[in-house]
Amino acid sequence: MIKSPSKRRQLSDRNIILLFILPTMIILVLMNIYPLFYSLYLSFTDYSVISSVAPKWVGFQNYQTILSDTRFWKHFAITGQYTIITVALQMLIGFGLALLIKEKFWGSGIITTLILVPMMLSPVVVGLFWRLMYHPSYGIVNYLIGFRNINTAPEWLGSPTLALWAIIIVDVWMWSPFVMLLSLAGLSAIPDYLYEAAAIDRAGSWFIFRRITLPQVMPLLLIAVLFRTIEALKQFDLVMGITGGGPGDATETVSVRLYREAFQGQFDTGLSSALAYIVLIVIIAISNLYIRQLNKVREG
Amino acid sequence: MATIELKQVEKRFGEAYAVKPMDMTINNGDFVVLLGPSGCGKTTTLRMISGLESVSSGIINFNDKDVTWLHPSERDIAFVFQFFALYSHMTCRENIAFPLRASGEEGAEIDRKVKRVAEMLRIEHLLKSRPGGLSGGDQQRVALARALVRKPAAFLMDEPLGALDAEFRETMRAEIKRLHLEQNATTVYVTHDQIEAMAMGDKIVVMSAAEIQQAGTPLEVYYDPANLFVARFIGSPGMNLVEGSYSEGKIKLGDANIYCVPQDWRASLDTTIGTGEVVVGFRPEAVQFSAQGQLGSSVYANDLHGSYSMLHLELIKDNIVNARADRRDRHQMGDSIKFDIDPEQVRFFDPKTEKALQKVAL
Repeated sequence: MIKSPSKRRQLSDRNIILLFILPTMIILVLMNIYPLFYSLYLSFTDYSVISSVAPKWVGFQNYQTILSDTRFWKHFAITGQYTIITVALQMLIGFGLALLIKEKFWGSGIITTLILVPMMLSPVVVGLFWRLMYHPSYGIVNYLIGFRNINTAPEWLGSPTLALWAIIIVDVWMWSPFVMLLSLAGLSAIPDYLYEAAAIDRAGSWFIFRRITLPQVMPLLLIAVLFRTIEALKQFDLVMGITGGGPGDATETVSVRLYREAFQGQFDTGLSSALAYIVLIVIIAISNLYIRQLNKVREG
Repeated sequence: MATIELKQVEKRFGEAYAVKPMDMTINNGDFVVLLGPSGCGKTTTLRMISGLESVSSGIINFNDKDVTWLHPSERDIAFVFQFFALYSHMTCRENIAFPLRASGEEGAEIDRKVKRVAEMLRIEHLLKSRPGGLSGGDQQRVALARALVRKPAAFLMDEPLGALDAEFRETMRAEIKRLHLEQNATTVYVTHDQIEAMAMGDKIVVMSAAEIQQAGTPLEVYYDPANLFVARFIGSPGMNLVEGSYSEGKIKLGDANIYCVPQDWRASLDTTIGTGEVVVGFRPEAVQFSAQGQLGSSVYANDLHGSYSMLHLELIKDNIVNARADRRDRHQMGDSIKFDIDPEQVRFFDPKTEKALQKVAL
């Protein structure tokens, strides 16, 4: 008689599946899902991690405090301004570089690698280095752009208007290569025969760029915009490295303010949780808009 | 409308020839088919005519104007690609309108022309959809519409039916032929399918090994192949080619068979071959069965092709020839069978030069 396999002690396929999935699920729940919901709960309380008092339910009070405080609105305005300018510049420069690098020329491989270097550095290191380079007395930036006199040279990190631009320049320097990389992937995926067909159809180069190149890379450009927007809205490490939010609060992005609320002064965990939720909702809303646009581009 | 002329046009990649120096004239309104096995240089030739590929040397003239170094967009041509090359991000309407938009035509005029060409190809119902979701046949119709919407001087087609199902191919073949007759535009058509070439071409240019083997009407390349390659390549199956030794009006085929050369061919064989090896060529339909036939063979296999059967006959040991027979005739394998070759349809080739012998006028 043949022994039926079920008689033997062995793992069923179902159990094997569970064995593989469970560790991930447990980690996900412990590290992501539980904190997500716990912080949601905390955002409705007046809890502080350094006090020994249990969280007390205060309803929407934290949200009200944030949304009615003009200082918080200023952080949102700074973050928004920063996001729009950096993403726009990165898209222009990144896509422009991709169009140049796409043509193979002598040394184009090594140039591509060099352009990608800033992206591979740690943001905090980048921030600290640039702070040195922006320094009014011994920084190299002013020297390079022609201001040799310390008394008349712009104080990049001391002036409220220039400080934001200083961070924008660093962010653009650091992340345009990322846009370039995605654009290059998009450009090289356009089949040659489309350009051949367009040449036969007597299209000029600007017409080809507008009607073929741009629409064909558009999905990848939108993905680049999406990634860079999310990152810009969360901008924290570069700001901390370069200005620390200053001068005053001129470059204090929402994330920097969030950090201050959560881990400095009062350690106001409840309020900072509420702020974190507001940022999350904004990011999800904007991402959804982009993704909808992306799907529209793909389906037509 | 254009007359296209190639003068000593060649394409080299390093030392290797993709196309050996060739001369070719395509007359205004002709439908010329470039036919050959893959890798013979036919597509390269077409791409050189279009300007998508540069020539290594030689001159290309359109209507006596030198276009050798002109960009494809300056040659006033339409090109139909094997894999359609439609703009995937545009609707079919935008695809067809593209060449008109590119040359800056007016909106109303574009609409009118797109409508007319869509009617002609019966694709009006597809105009709003994107090419990605369409069948191969429909995509190629859209590609044809894009080529036809502008009135170009010449149509260049690179195996336009190669990517389609057999069924669609026949329909589209007829459509392209009909379009050509309506438009009467100079057309150069590349294919590896000799049936397609026979059915469509006013003139067939048979290519192999980077050079032209023969250029002529479909009937010429079929009945009077210029060399052994063309004889084998054209027809399915190709021409039967049997090598034998010639001497004084008789060809000895194998051990058992003697073939008497028709009287009008004798002078030609006597002068070119004298005494020696010669290749006898005949099409399967040139075989005439008769009990008194001078050639004896045995049946190797018998394929029924519907309206007729194709007999495989062992004429010489290990040398099978094909013969077309009535489908009602019964032949057992191994039967011996006698036949003659229609003296009108027999051809001779010199095995050394591989070239066909020409009849000498008496």
